[in-house]
Amino acid sequence: MNHLALIIEREYLTKVKNKSFIVMTILSPIIMIALIAVVGYLSQINNNKERTISILDESGILKSSFIDTETVKYHILDNMSLEDAKIQVNKNEEYGLLYIGNFQDINKVGEHIKFYSEESPSLTLMSALESKLEKQLTDLKLEFEGVDIEKIKAARVSVNIGQESFIGEKTSKIDSVVKLVFGGLAGYLLFMFIIIYGNMIMRSVIEEKTSRIIEIIISSVKPIHLMLGKIIGTSLAGITQFIIWIILGSVLMTLLSLIFGVDFAQSTSGQQEILNQAMQNPDVNMEIQNAINAFYNLPITNLIIAFILFFIGGYLLYSSFYAAIGAAVDNETDTQQFLLPILMPLILAVYIGIFTVIEDPHGTVSTVFSFIPLTSPVVMLMRIPFGVPIWQQIVSFALLVGTFIFTVWFAAKIYRVGILMYGKKPSYKELLKWIKY
Amino acid sequence: MNNLLEAHSVSKKFGDFTALNQVSISVPKGSIFGLLGPNGAGKTTLIRIINQITMPDEGKVILDGEPLQAHHVRDIGYLPEERGLYKSMKVGEQAMYLARLKGLSKDEARTRLKYWFERLEIGDWWNKKIQELSKGMAQKIQFIVTVLHEPKLLIFDEPFSGFDPINAILIKDEILRLRENGATVIFSTHRMESVEELCDQITLIHQSNKILDGKLTDIKRQFKTNTFEVGIRATDNLLLEKELSEKFLVSPANFKTLGNELKLNVKLSEKDIPNDLLSFLTSKGEVSHFVELIPSANDIFIQAIKNN
Repeated sequence: MNHLALIIEREYLTKVKNKSFIVMTILSPIIMIALIAVVGYLSQINNNKERTISILDESGILKSSFIDTETVKYHILDNMSLEDAKIQVNKNEEYGLLYIGNFQDINKVGEHIKFYSEESPSLTLMSALESKLEKQLTDLKLEFEGVDIEKIKAARVSVNIGQESFIGEKTSKIDSVVKLVFGGLAGYLLFMFIIIYGNMIMRSVIEEKTSRIIEIIISSVKPIHLMLGKIIGTSLAGITQFIIWIILGSVLMTLLSLIFGVDFAQSTSGQQEILNQAMQNPDVNMEIQNAINAFYNLPITNLIIAFILFFIGGYLLYSSFYAAIGAAVDNETDTQQFLLPILMPLILAVYIGIFTVIEDPHGTVSTVFSFIPLTSPVVMLMRIPFGVPIWQQIVSFALLVGTFIFTVWFAAKIYRVGILMYGKKPSYKELLKWIKY
Repeated sequence: MNNLLEAHSVSKKFGDFTALNQVSISVPKGSIFGLLGPNGAGKTTLIRIINQITMPDEGKVILDGEPLQAHHVRDIGYLPEERGLYKSMKVGEQAMYLARLKGLSKDEARTRLKYWFERLEIGDWWNKKIQELSKGMAQKIQFIVTVLHEPKLLIFDEPFSGFDPINAILIKDEILRLRENGATVIFSTHRMESVEELCDQITLIHQSNKILDGKLTDIKRQFKTNTFEVGIRATDNLLLEKELSEKFLVSPANFKTLGNELKLNVKLSEKDIPNDLLSFLTSKGEVSHFVELIPSANDIFIQAIKNN
């Protein structure tokens, strides 16, 4: 009896039962996870290869600072000329040769260290070697100048500015990062959702036109009901797909890490080293604690409610445009000229979100764009974790709803005329004329 | 109220283009009404206005005594000229969906569909996909969906296109049967032979204006030229032709006969009586052929448009 419900039901069921939809739903997370696993695995192999580096230390002062690690073995050469050493290293197929010349001046030693290798050496390895040598030489020089190293170590002061708002909420840099991640994720999710499912709506409108069923349908239902039914039905299918992706993705992720023991969080050993180093630092432990605190400090309720409202509002706003475009054209190739002006504000919103919100979440630019309806859903979602006054959220949402009602009306006008027009590609001027029909 | 549908001075403009200019029609209850006109005349616009797909700029449409309202969509069954079906849906699902959009309940839709599927001998198509059907097969489904909710008014736009002759007759008989059961039919087509067979009333629209309407028989009477087709075996054909052309307007005719008759079209003037011509002819020879030329719907169509 209720047309809208019937249309939604049909749109949803045909989308969900569609073969390519089912394949995409199941395959996408598998492909994604497989890709991550392969990349993780490969980079692990790449880094796990044991490398041998020969050291020819003519100065004799740095020899003792090379200690073998899991991935790098050091081979100390003695009493050998540089040329001989090069030949030997090459013959033994070692990774490279580190040559330290003999100078009285420690500064000069530092300036004349060379690394010889067959191929250009790994960047991370080089910087690791550099920092190791720098530290050693600095210590030696200090010692040479008669400074007590122990004293210097003891005199080192570490600074960590604690942040606190006027009402006493403790915050930190990590706090901002956590907020940024959550805001960015929400905004980006909306962006992706609009593009994927907006296109799906557009295609389904075009399909109704090309299969010529539209006039049969339209003699029983109002065009606006058909349009809204299509938008809502497709969105529900989209949400279904998203939920399946999330569930399937996390199940696969867990399974995979159980079976292969690949630790995705620490997939590359380079990161592992940094992490290990960080763990030894007591400050970092505190930072992690801070991050967890920051997560709990997020305005969770506000975030969830705002996410739902702005997500729906933003999505409906854009999808009504997509439906109107679908109605205006005959085939997908003609959609380009109309899609661009829609994608522009959307992409603008994401960039503004990423660049200005990091800089200053409550600055003029990000505040203004979180009120403009075409960009507000994305930008506001990115700002909210930083705490946006409720009145701002309400005003922005009211503007969004107002615009949404206007665009749906506008899109319905174009839709109503467009679905019955065949064979010609309309111009913007013609679209404006349609509104008056 | 004898008219099921009345349109009063309906006008519709698309920008600068006038699609309909002050067109009025009245469709009597239980009739088959032919809505005729060349391509682009405005027929489809008028049909869309009746279906409330587009709104008229001026004028009003009355259905069964009431101004057209949203709920009237359930009283109308419309088979558009540009018709298709969802390609990826199954026949049964699709028919159910379209039937329910017309306000039938699930059970009702299913029972009626089963009945119609049996009737048109397509019972085993229920689970087929539309993609697998031929054009003619899909047309049957569309026809069923149009008539399923038993509307008072049926509108068919080129209903026979895509049907082979056997199925065309099947559909024609169904349309006639629906009319007997009380439905009123508006029938839009270019195929004049089907107009001849089916329509009681016609309206001719040309370049957005109505140029002709009325009962088909009345219109034929109006368009007839008092011309008789004559075949006669006379002793001297040439002499007879000369004698006739002195009295009447005569032109050569073309029809099949067995002998070598004199074949002529003889146009009588207002005051001439056909019997006088016949008795004149019988006095001259053996008359084998004597038929009044009644204009066909096709002739009327072409002539009305030329005159305009």
